[in-house]
Amino acid sequence: MINVEALTFQYKLTPVFENFNWQVQNGDSWAVLGTSGCGKSTLLALLAGLRFPSLGSIKINGEILTRPRPQTGLILQDYGLLPWATVRQNAGLGQEVRRFYGADGIHAPRDLTPHESVDGWLKRLGLDAVADKYPAQLSGGQRQRTAIARTLALGPDLLLMDEPFSSLDAPTREALQTLTSDLVSEQNLTLIVVTHSIEEAVLLGNRILLLKNSPNQTTHVIDNPHMGINSYRESQQYLVLCRELRGLMEEGG
Amino acid sequence: MISIRRRDLLLASLIIAIVWQISAAIINRPILPTPISVMLVFWRDVKNGELLGHFAVSLWRVLAGTLLAILTAAPAGLALGQSKRTSRLFSPIIYLLYPIPKVVFVPIILLFFGIGDAAKIVIIFLILFFQILVLVRDQAATLRPELIQSVMSLGAGRRALFKYVYLPASLPAILTALRQSVGTAVAVLYIAELFATTRGLGYYIYFEGSTLMDYPAMYAGVVAMSLLGLGLYFSVDRLERWLCPWQYTN
Repeated sequence: MINVEALTFQYKLTPVFENFNWQVQNGDSWAVLGTSGCGKSTLLALLAGLRFPSLGSIKINGEILTRPRPQTGLILQDYGLLPWATVRQNAGLGQEVRRFYGADGIHAPRDLTPHESVDGWLKRLGLDAVADKYPAQLSGGQRQRTAIARTLALGPDLLLMDEPFSSLDAPTREALQTLTSDLVSEQNLTLIVVTHSIEEAVLLGNRILLLKNSPNQTTHVIDNPHMGINSYRESQQYLVLCRELRGLMEEGG
Repeated sequence: MISIRRRDLLLASLIIAIVWQISAAIINRPILPTPISVMLVFWRDVKNGELLGHFAVSLWRVLAGTLLAILTAAPAGLALGQSKRTSRLFSPIIYLLYPIPKVVFVPIILLFFGIGDAAKIVIIFLILFFQILVLVRDQAATLRPELIQSVMSLGAGRRALFKYVYLPASLPAILTALRQSVGTAVAVLYIAELFATTRGLGYYIYFEGSTLMDYPAMYAGVVAMSLLGLGLYFSVDRLERWLCPWQYTN
């Protein structure tokens, strides 16, 4: 589905990626793991079509990415909600933007069909009670649920998440990690989640891309075949993989 | 923001009227007529259309100047707030011009724009322009790139960003600027209407007081000017509650 070919990208004068290659198959759940400054958020911005490679290309379903793609959903750590819009309005923002442009194939898919109301998503994500509240009145977890509802209401095929739960407390974070996994398999999504947390990477990615110091030239991929089994969080395999990744990260840092 | 109840406002008006009445009785000279005699003249001149005509002229000048200021200062403020480079370029100029009390420009503007509405509208415009520019600029600078990016990822291009992000983000700043400056704008309009015009509340007050020595009529003009200022202030307040409801939640 996604083909990153000979990607070179530099931020001002700092090279972040050099001749970097990576493939993502449909339905994969990838966690991109690395310390801060390794280029993982840059990679996500490139995949979202918000930044562009200086050399090489990123193809999604065979098409070179030149602008944000209507079928890609992006969820950032925070600040993604409009403070002046209620939960319902925020969740419906993507649909509103699509109605604003119509099915032009640029801002909205060419085969745009009228969207269902976002109320179903609000209910699914436990937001129906706060639908008329503003972001400032919500907890961090509710805010991220709203961002998820807004993205899923557009029926994406690819979900990009940048440190989506790092500002949340542990129980909320765990609940949202489980919810994300459930939704990804339920909606048959391809997921790429960027995180600095080893635990989150192991819980959300059935494949893990490890980024070390920039410029990134080689693709370090660690498979996580046991992800998704019952009580994975408490299992031996989970602990072993976390330890292995910690070792790899320290080695690279 | 403190919300004031209507009953309390009526009570306050009543207290002001009583203090005025008592002062008039004690001073007992034509230069301080009683509120009742002023109200009678006020009502007379409203009914015969004279006061209402001057009121309408002043109101038009304020509204035209305000609208012009919003239409120019808000986009400029947005541009400055979103571009550090442009902001750096213009900041020193704004820094120098912003604190100058614009009332000192009145004689110059009258020289350039002459009699008629243009000079008065330009003065109001100048007062509000810098206030709106600075507040919208600062507001736009607080819009985080993450917010813009996540809205762009929903498919928003320039037009949708303007409609769904920039416009609602600048509304509270525009309204705050208006709330802060509308009083000053009316005060400066009064000064401007003292010169080279025969229309407007400033002229009415001056003419009735200094030329005709009709003090109740002069006071009626002062009441009308106060009502103009108050009315504009209340309108901004109502607009803010209507357009920016998210600011009134805890």
